[in-house]
Amino acid sequence: MTSLTPIEFFIQQAINAISIGSLYALMAIGLAMVYGILRLINFAHGDLIMVGSYATLFLTIAGVPFWIAAVGGIAASGLTGLLMERVAYRPIRGAQDVAMLLTSFAVTIFLENMGILLFSPSSRPFNPPDFLNSAFNFGALRVSSVDIIAIVVAGVLLVFLTFFITRTDSGTSMRAVSQDLLASRLMGININRVFVSAFGIGSVLAGVVGILWSSRVGKIDPLMGFYPVLKAFVASVIGGLGSLPGAVLGGYLLGILEIVLQGILPASLTPFRDAFVFGILIVLLLFRPNGLLGSTEKEKF
Amino acid sequence: MEINGKKPLSSLVTGLILVAVFALLLVAVNFGASAYTQRIVIGLCISIILVVSLNLSSGFTGVFSLGHIGFMAIGAYTAAILTLPLSTKLAYLPDLPAWLENTQLSFLPATIIGGVVAMLIALLVGASIMRLTGPYVSVATMGFMVIVNVVLVNWDSMTRGARTFSGVPPYTNLWWVGAWTVVTIYAIWRLARSSFGRQMMAIRDNSIAAQSLGVNVVGMRLLAFCVSAFFTAVAGSLWAHFIQSFSPKAFLFAEAFSIITMLIAGGMGSISGSVIGAVGITILSEVLRNAERGVNLGIVQIPPVYGASQILMAIIFILLIIFRPEGIMGKRELDFSHLFSFSLRRTKRKEAASQ
Repeated sequence: MTSLTPIEFFIQQAINAISIGSLYALMAIGLAMVYGILRLINFAHGDLIMVGSYATLFLTIAGVPFWIAAVGGIAASGLTGLLMERVAYRPIRGAQDVAMLLTSFAVTIFLENMGILLFSPSSRPFNPPDFLNSAFNFGALRVSSVDIIAIVVAGVLLVFLTFFITRTDSGTSMRAVSQDLLASRLMGININRVFVSAFGIGSVLAGVVGILWSSRVGKIDPLMGFYPVLKAFVASVIGGLGSLPGAVLGGYLLGILEIVLQGILPASLTPFRDAFVFGILIVLLLFRPNGLLGSTEKEKF
Repeated sequence: MEINGKKPLSSLVTGLILVAVFALLLVAVNFGASAYTQRIVIGLCISIILVVSLNLSSGFTGVFSLGHIGFMAIGAYTAAILTLPLSTKLAYLPDLPAWLENTQLSFLPATIIGGVVAMLIALLVGASIMRLTGPYVSVATMGFMVIVNVVLVNWDSMTRGARTFSGVPPYTNLWWVGAWTVVTIYAIWRLARSSFGRQMMAIRDNSIAAQSLGVNVVGMRLLAFCVSAFFTAVAGSLWAHFIQSFSPKAFLFAEAFSIITMLIAGGMGSISGSVIGAVGITILSEVLRNAERGVNLGIVQIPPVYGASQILMAIIFILLIIFRPEGIMGKRELDFSHLFSFSLRRTKRKEAASQ
């Protein structure tokens, strides 16, 4: 195989970075939406990926064509998210941030252990159909279709979301609620409906990420949501918790950062890449405690 | 003269009596209970140390550290590497730097060094992240935990990487654990009852107001974080020498969860609450764990459901947060001093009688 020219190498890595970044961005948006409106950091967001992936897997095993199975998986994620909101988070609305954070912790433990109980802790292969599994060759450049699809899907979804947030009533209500809950209620906005839609959209996005992620990795297990949600978290924080453009920016930046670090770290240090990513996060928080697009106020009440 | 509303002598007497009762309990367990119960009690004491130290930084100061288990890992690995017998070290960790390869320390110095190392790391990390507030500091501490995990898994020469680290000498027994429990509770109690403690609580309640009163917010948070890290690491060392073999996987979220449940159940901001929470949750999880093997209630038989105890704990936790988020004790402490303050009681009776 001929080796890549610098341009080809750069393009290859860029596609890698943007594809991973797209997945992080989609997840981070879900997190940011929920945080912006409910001030809740939903750890269990990662397990929505798991739910969607397993649902899709079982549907395909049952003989359902992949397209429909994928929709089923996404629907399963959405439903689980709505259930979460109804059962675990609605009763504690208005509680301290810490209480809500810990509750989402508990929900994660619950879902992960249910997964282990129902699906066995070992990983299962996830075999996406050919269109998700093939690769294109441009000379020595090898681009996998999953990456392209991830980038395209993310792009389309982001356009839709922007339209939704800025042009529709629901989206505008969401922005209003995230700015000022009380004033929104006084203006007659049905906040229950807003919360439910925020959760719903975020969970559906998580379901999409689940299918793309599983196709990339090729296998699924009950604990698969842990690293993605952590990365999504970091992406959200980088961009500024609660800010949707921040989440998108953070997601792509994180993807680029990971690939760049992978490239420039000496071979002995590459296993420590994640440690470096978190180290950089901590340093970033030193200078911009509220993230890149967050306000530069020192402290909030 | 009264300090903190109580006569100093009665506080001292109360403390000594509590320690004596505790010691008697340990003696009873040591000579009267089965080996299984002894192990549970040791585990319970380690949990108490973990919960009380986490309480110092989270409950008293408001710095909710999600990644605190990283310090436990640091304490466990540091102390274990130091106490490993030389021959085992040579076999297991052949690539250690020479000065480590040839050192073998006994339990106490190794544990203390583990604690100090954790404290220094807390100082380093905390200096940057103690400025953050709310969810950001929690995310940052989580990042810390991941960093620790990544380092432990990949620094093969020091830690055997992801493989199990075994052969740790079984130094931990009821007496060591009991002694460290007393030391931890005493230290954190004194800290909480001092002016430092009041400053920490002020920061937790309203950091801006505290700052306006001259409290060094970042400094106090850092103090709480570092002291808490020390004792968490000590607990890690105790645990390492109890369980004798472990791997970096033991120091991630799931393990941290039971400690956090104990903290919430007992009440953040109450030391006696932490003890109660630890005891309660330990008993509960033992009961649940035994029930996992299937329960025969006579009329109905519940089949074995492995892993159910974790699920039930999560449900209990959620119910706790919904219905009693302040825990059993809230911010109050168990007050024994009026039991042992004879003159005070008589005075109160006289006052009541004369009214």
